Amino acid sequence: MIDSFFPAGWQHYLIGGLWIGASVAVLYVLTGLVSGMSAVLSSFWSYFSNLDYFQQPRLVGSRTWRTVFAAGLILGAALCVLLVPNTATVTSLPGWQLLVGGLLVGFGARLSNGCALGHGICGLASLQLPSLLAVLAFLATAFVTAQVTWWVWGR
Amino acid sequence: MKPMSLLAVLGCGAMFGFGLAFSTLVRPEVVLNFLRFHDMGPLLALGSAVAVATLAYQLGPRMMQRPVLELSFGTRPVFGQRDTLIGAAIFGIGWGLCGVCPGPAIAGLGAGNWPLLYALFGMFAGAYLQGWLATGALRAQPE
Repeated sequence: MIDSFFPAGWQHYLIGGLWIGASVAVLYVLTGLVSGMSAVLSSFWSYFSNLDYFQQPRLVGSRTWRTVFAAGLILGAALCVLLVPNTATVTSLPGWQLLVGGLLVGFGARLSNGCALGHGICGLASLQLPSLLAVLAFLATAFVTAQVTWWVWGR
Repeated sequence: MKPMSLLAVLGCGAMFGFGLAFSTLVRPEVVLNFLRFHDMGPLLALGSAVAVATLAYQLGPRMMQRPVLELSFGTRPVFGQRDTLIGAAIFGIGWGLCGVCPGPAIAGLGAGNWPLLYALFGMFAGAYLQGWLATGALRAQPE
């Protein structure tokens, strides 16, 4: 029964999820900051673009910590690969699929003010109804898209 | 922001990245397998993360006057319902295609998953497009 739901095992999902939750919790208790990754995309542009949207105080004011947080993400994943065997990985998805998917992810996440982790973890943990609706919306379109790509070209 | 706070941000980012790599969520294939109902693991990871985060978000402000290092607890801003839903739907199509969102794409680089650079490049381009369109909307608004 458990095997059919979790053919790759479940322990690493549980432990990894607890680390992610602990990161969000510790960041909040120490600094009061609400985690979230998609805003780093726009706050990055605030360094380079004069467009009004990117120069908003909420992006300019948060870009330092968001950039540092992103650097931490790379550092933490690299540490995991060094310490835990078999966690290094290279995807075999075609580049165009990653590029086109990424484009829609970046646009959609910024329009929605949250990505899977922003709405899914921080939004739900803040008990926000719009985030719950957003999670249901992106799960629905993601399920359909992933099924279609699977049937049409198998990746 | 205080140097101590930035150090805390770096440490928490590292915990986040460690968790993403440990749970294998930095592999697009894992997320796509979940979206095809072959492996419910990512849902378990999300559930356990939400459980811990909810405790901190709900209990922190009730039990502490202020965060340890800074002056006040932030709250997640709530934006227009319509854009939130449309954006989420577009995000889902992209997520179903490439299997990563910004966190795993960035952390994946640390795990040596270099093709995710394609996805990241797309994400930055998509975010720029959204900011460009939103700037037009800001300017079109009467003062």
